[in-house]
Amino acid sequence: MKRFVALYSTIDQTTKTTRKVAALAAYFAAAPDDDKLWTIALFSGRRPRRAITTTKLREWAAERAGIPLWLFEESYPIVGDLAETIALVLPPPSATHDDSLTDWITRLRALDQAEEADRKTAILDAWDRMEAAERLVFNKLLTGGFRVGVSRKLMTRGLAQATGQDEAELAHRLMGDWTPETTTYRALIEAPDPSAGLSRPYPFCLAHALEGAPEDLGQPSEWVAEWKWDGIRGQIIRRGGAHFVWSRGEELMTDRFPEFARLCDYLPDGVVVDGEILAWDHAGDGPLPFNDLQKRIGRKTVPKKLLKDAPAMLVAYDLLENDHTDLRAQPFAERRAALEALLSQTPDDAPIRLAPLLPNDDWRALADLRGAARDKRAEGLMLKRASSPYHVGRKKGDWWKWKLDPLTIDAVMIYAQQGHGRRANLFTDFTFAVWNGNELVPFTKAYSGLTDAEFRKITAWVRKNTLERFGPVRRVTPEHVFEIAFEGIAPSTRHKSGVALRFPRMARWRHDKSAAQANTLDDLNDILAQYG
Amino acid sequence: MVLRFKPAGIYCPAGDFYIDPWRPVDRALITHGHSDHARAGHKRYLSTDIAAPVIRHRLGDITLETIPYAREIKIGDARVSFHPAGHVPGSAQIRVEVAGEVWVVSGDYKVTPDALSTPFEPVKCDAFISECTFGLPVFTWPAEEVIRAEINTWWASNAAEGRASLLGAYSFGKAQRVLSLLDAGIGPILTHGAVENTNAVMRAQGIALPDTIQVTPETDPKAHPGALVLAPPSALGSAWARRFGAQSTGFASGWMRLRGVRRRRAADRGFVLSDHADWAGLNSAIADTGAEKIFVTHGYTDIFARWLKDQGYDAEVVPTEFTGETLDDGDAE
Repeated sequence: MKRFVALYSTIDQTTKTTRKVAALAAYFAAAPDDDKLWTIALFSGRRPRRAITTTKLREWAAERAGIPLWLFEESYPIVGDLAETIALVLPPPSATHDDSLTDWITRLRALDQAEEADRKTAILDAWDRMEAAERLVFNKLLTGGFRVGVSRKLMTRGLAQATGQDEAELAHRLMGDWTPETTTYRALIEAPDPSAGLSRPYPFCLAHALEGAPEDLGQPSEWVAEWKWDGIRGQIIRRGGAHFVWSRGEELMTDRFPEFARLCDYLPDGVVVDGEILAWDHAGDGPLPFNDLQKRIGRKTVPKKLLKDAPAMLVAYDLLENDHTDLRAQPFAERRAALEALLSQTPDDAPIRLAPLLPNDDWRALADLRGAARDKRAEGLMLKRASSPYHVGRKKGDWWKWKLDPLTIDAVMIYAQQGHGRRANLFTDFTFAVWNGNELVPFTKAYSGLTDAEFRKITAWVRKNTLERFGPVRRVTPEHVFEIAFEGIAPSTRHKSGVALRFPRMARWRHDKSAAQANTLDDLNDILAQYG
Repeated sequence: MVLRFKPAGIYCPAGDFYIDPWRPVDRALITHGHSDHARAGHKRYLSTDIAAPVIRHRLGDITLETIPYAREIKIGDARVSFHPAGHVPGSAQIRVEVAGEVWVVSGDYKVTPDALSTPFEPVKCDAFISECTFGLPVFTWPAEEVIRAEINTWWASNAAEGRASLLGAYSFGKAQRVLSLLDAGIGPILTHGAVENTNAVMRAQGIALPDTIQVTPETDPKAHPGALVLAPPSALGSAWARRFGAQSTGFASGWMRLRGVRRRRAADRGFVLSDHADWAGLNSAIADTGAEKIFVTHGYTDIFARWLKDQGYDAEVVPTEFTGETLDDGDAE
């Protein structure tokens, strides 16, 4: 545990990537295999199951600290992190320990079966044997949130440095639904064949947002243009007589989209297709609004009605594996040709479509198409270099997303709440309203888009202009106007305003506008009528 | 009431004076020189003799009388004395006695001693007006020796790896306390002008500080390898800071107890060093006054007042315009 905590502290005490990677490499070069495996798991979002509810942890921490529970609860939002709050209130330890990361995790997992009194004893005893930094890490294992300033990419890079393996190959090995319980460090990292796991997906190639004018990309003929679909990115793996559906977040979604079982009839074994999963309007042969797909996200099993109302479709745009061979190094144009050949025989009622290519002879014409993307229920265009390989992760230069300009509306800030984590102690979470006659109707929350300096400024203002408090939420003088940008709008019965926005954020602080000049509910309904 | 809370500040009717007022008044008793307590525009000022040089430096040509700690004077019908608050050199709690009833205004205070300030002394009173900047149980300060070791170890390892150590600390009080902790054998100590101005004032009044080199536009950072650079928090990350090239950054503040605050400031290191009382310090200071009536001013006032009521005190929140220790306000003069 001490080695892992030291790694955590080193990473936490620098903002520089190179130093973080060096610390990870040194750790992976020295730690025992079991600890390495758990470290890889934790830094790639695979955390141990939560053995104890956070309610109990709060109670026990307050009790051990000798403070009333209400005082603990008041402190938590100010610290912004439960694991940290617990670590900060506990009295100093009275004993020590020498156990490894794996020892502690194993012990925690055993608590799953224990009686509550035994759990409490075990946790209080653990707290009493750890110093502050260890407690924080231990509490993060307990509460399950292990976001500590190390991306999976950095971890993979550190591991590559320590093992001398290729970073891209390691990234591939770390994909899929393995856990430290189902594999070993040796099998995961050192086994000869990275595609040994039948279900294992490839690391997704991700696009950057186009920054300048498309003309800067050179000849349009060197690029392939597609719609940027507004669905769920997915890979369909067809291997060993079975099929697997993966999300970009490496969630296995096979059971959530039972429609794709039929693809086994059309796709031969040894094939991996990359594409967009959409809810499909078969009559119009186009996507349904994202709202319809949303109803299926998060459902482990899908009721019949939903299968009928929002049937899933894979709009395929890339072929990563064909005839058991990894195609990723081939140029996109060749992979696309292979994909077209593969899908040439599939019937129209099959839940797969080839993503249409858009005419690419003229940037102007493409710009016009992009302008019409909302009519196609797309978010804009994708531009992919015809000669490019399928990269691992987000690599700049070959894949660009050329999104539509967002929709916007000017709204009045009416409630404010403090943020969490690095934004604790700053007011960063706001509720916005538009006018309905003389009344302000709240319609969205937004958390992002301002600079730290702007957040500090608005925080100072909120402190001085609070009208009323409801727990952590403050009602403030309706004075400041913000331009809210969003990607989509849908009718909603859950909100008083009758609308729900997609990806709302603060695009600008409109210092030039007074509250009276903000938009109205009618304006919002006009946008709903046009784009909903 | 011995003291009243008026729009201009804390007022004593019996003596017709204010304590740390935030609007211009005729007579102001000042606990210490931080800008939220010592403001410009009053006709007459009274402070401790030790606090006076910094107050004069900051406010210029003012009418300022001084008084040593513990000497009692009469102002109108009030008996007034200043007592060490342990916050910064010369900082005071102000004791006001009228017709046998004693009230104490804490100003800002810290109960643990440091190398520069006269140590805090509890003052018995009937009513205590206390700050509570860090009035939450998550704020407990490590021993100063622990922080001294952390800072010097950080500095030494940066120096060994050829990086400058940029440390952000409030230019009056905190910066000098950091200086008192530094192991000058590690390397040269450079200072931002705002810090050095206060250093000069304190050295002139006889407070011993290690040697420092003020950074000027002509300063060549390469001529001072392995330096520790002491600057106000707002200077870190600015164009001023970039001249030092490869660098590790840190802040010295009680707020560094919270990881989120440090990350927001994008600092590599946070050193938990405050000139305010921590949770245990606030509680012991309040208990030691023997007061039954407690007014809490700036900080986590609502929460802290509720806690005090739980403990059996008659506690009340008083709105003030004091801010306590803050990292978010620029203080580069």
